[in-house]
Amino acid sequence: MTDLIERPTTSTPDEGGPSNVDDGHHSDHGDHHGPSGLLKWLTSTDHKVIGINYTVTSIVMMVIGGAFAEVIRAQLVSPTSTLVTLQQYNQLFTMHGSVMIYLFVGPFAFAGLANYLVPLQVGAPDMAFPRLNALSYWLYLTGSLTMVLGFFVSGGPAAFGWVGYAPLTSAINAPGAGADLWIGALMLTGFSAIFSGVNLIATIFYLRAPGMTLFRMPIFTWNMLVTGILILLAFPVLTAGLIMLYCDRHFGTHIFEVQGGGVPLLWQHIFWFWGHPEVYILALPFFGMVTEIIPVFSKKPIFGYKGMVFATLTIAALSLGVWAHHMFTTGAVLLPFFSIMSLLIAVPTGIKLFNWIGTMWGGKLQFSTAMLMAIGFVATFLIGGITGIYLASPPLDFFTHDTYFVIAHFHSVVMALTMGAFAGIYFWFPKMTGKMLHEGWGKAQFWLLFIGTQVFTLPGYLVGLHGMPRRMAVYPNNPSWQTLNQWESVGALLIGISTLLFVVNVIVSYRKPIVAGDNPWDANGLEWFTSSPPPHHNFTSLPPIRSERPVWDYNHPDAPALGHGHHEPAAAAAAEKVEA
Amino acid sequence: MLKQESIILLFLGFFFGMMGAVYWFWGHEDGGGVMLLGALFLGLLPGTYYFWWFRRSGGNRPEDRSDASIADGAGVVDAFPSTSIWPFVLGMGCFSVVLALVFGTWLAVPGVALILSALIGATAESRRGGTV
Repeated sequence: MTDLIERPTTSTPDEGGPSNVDDGHHSDHGDHHGPSGLLKWLTSTDHKVIGINYTVTSIVMMVIGGAFAEVIRAQLVSPTSTLVTLQQYNQLFTMHGSVMIYLFVGPFAFAGLANYLVPLQVGAPDMAFPRLNALSYWLYLTGSLTMVLGFFVSGGPAAFGWVGYAPLTSAINAPGAGADLWIGALMLTGFSAIFSGVNLIATIFYLRAPGMTLFRMPIFTWNMLVTGILILLAFPVLTAGLIMLYCDRHFGTHIFEVQGGGVPLLWQHIFWFWGHPEVYILALPFFGMVTEIIPVFSKKPIFGYKGMVFATLTIAALSLGVWAHHMFTTGAVLLPFFSIMSLLIAVPTGIKLFNWIGTMWGGKLQFSTAMLMAIGFVATFLIGGITGIYLASPPLDFFTHDTYFVIAHFHSVVMALTMGAFAGIYFWFPKMTGKMLHEGWGKAQFWLLFIGTQVFTLPGYLVGLHGMPRRMAVYPNNPSWQTLNQWESVGALLIGISTLLFVVNVIVSYRKPIVAGDNPWDANGLEWFTSSPPPHHNFTSLPPIRSERPVWDYNHPDAPALGHGHHEPAAAAAAEKVEA
Repeated sequence: MLKQESIILLFLGFFFGMMGAVYWFWGHEDGGGVMLLGALFLGLLPGTYYFWWFRRSGGNRPEDRSDASIADGAGVVDAFPSTSIWPFVLGMGCFSVVLALVFGTWLAVPGVALILSALIGATAESRRGGTV
């Protein structure tokens, strides 16, 4: 079935006048009478259905990956624990990393919420290529199943670490179906990501509403545009590397094997040429989410809109020149080049942190769960970011490489992203479902998650500086190592409990629904102009778009016009002064 | 039309080219140099296309004009499929082909069959819609 979609031409959402804030208004205008139930799930090309599919699947993957983490941390409570065998431990940390990176953080960000939000934020009826979008989801789902299938084959899943370094991945060192399933899973999810990237860029370039110039797009959409470009630059490289790896394992090529003239180090170059831009592919969407949330709960426009955009573009530009900082200790990379580029990338990231703080500065802060999660993201990302600057310095990296310091740095970053993910869920859940999540449960979840994260990561930095290597199932009976490891495990447990609280919150919110209304937060973007959840093809009307927050402008016609970076009290005071 | 979009891609392409040149002559490492060359083209090719398209069209899309009203964009946006089974069929075909890489080539037979049927089905579906 194909529908010809016309753009809405009115700017009145209903007959009730301009304000649609908190009115509990539920519109079923334009509802689509298509298939329902399983058939709807199988055949829908609606970006909202696909976005929710992605979001739910990725959260399920987070729970699975988190369960692996809990087993890992249980093993490390005691130096000589025998909870799992050494090989099972290798499998667990491989699958924990793989599931979390390939199947949770990335797909949640660049395919889950992005799928749902980008068309809404630019005023489009759908993604540019809806059927390609649906194919992306099916490739992601089947890729996820392929990865998890490893647990059900003889020999178990892949056990060579989520980075799959050669020669650990060779047919001799990693025989069996588990390694091939890992490769196949990444091929499927890799193509899924590439198709999502194409869709994001085409949607943003071609389907924006009239007046929605590039520099009026919400920062989340800007970040998704840049993420889409980075996906197209990085993911084909990984997919090509995986095909080469498969050929090495099965067709007798020697691309990554010394026998026959191959170069194992080439895998690291290929992997990290994908892998470091991937860090920004993971991070930029969450940067975008908190940049949407902080202004709303500070009651101010974003501080430094253009600075945010240029910082994002600079991060994208630099991100392709930092890959070998993961390879400093190989002794075979250009240390000054990669060190300089890696240190430089701290500048645009610092600008973002500065602008988030600048947005909150002098604002009327409202500490909703979404805002708490966003602030938790900023604080935790700061810790992860600063320790990343240490690691960009080769002498410091030589000392800490492959220790728990690196693990702690990385987990500060990804746990910050997880807080960003929950900030996004709490903020946009009302739009997706028409119901509010419970704030009390949400705040309890936030504090457990935030405290758990710090209790988990901070001892990791210390035990890393004490010299504990990563990927050890057992470790020397050193009391200080054991104590620090036990604290880490307590932190991991708190994080696990916080996830359960989220599940409880979703159940409670469905059992005792609180109707959200179209715009419960008095927010800024076009997604808040339509009903919650939006009708098929999204909009029956659109407001005039004259700034980066058209819905706020529409709902506050008497508010003074604010330039980028001006906060409300100062502008209001200036307006009063002029009148006087 | 598409002026800023093309500038973003061209800027990224030129930056990758510059970075690639420095890396190539300083690093003497082929893999990274080749990948940065690829990145240069990935910026320049679409960037140049969009720039050419902008010059040709004159830059008058309502979404590029800051003073455009919603009514300026009135009319059909495009044809959008409302439902389609073929992405699912194609996805299952790809799944089967990947499993064939692991468990045996016989799995490629249903995989390729599903992929071909999806290609035919999706094309026919587009033609029936009459708009794509």
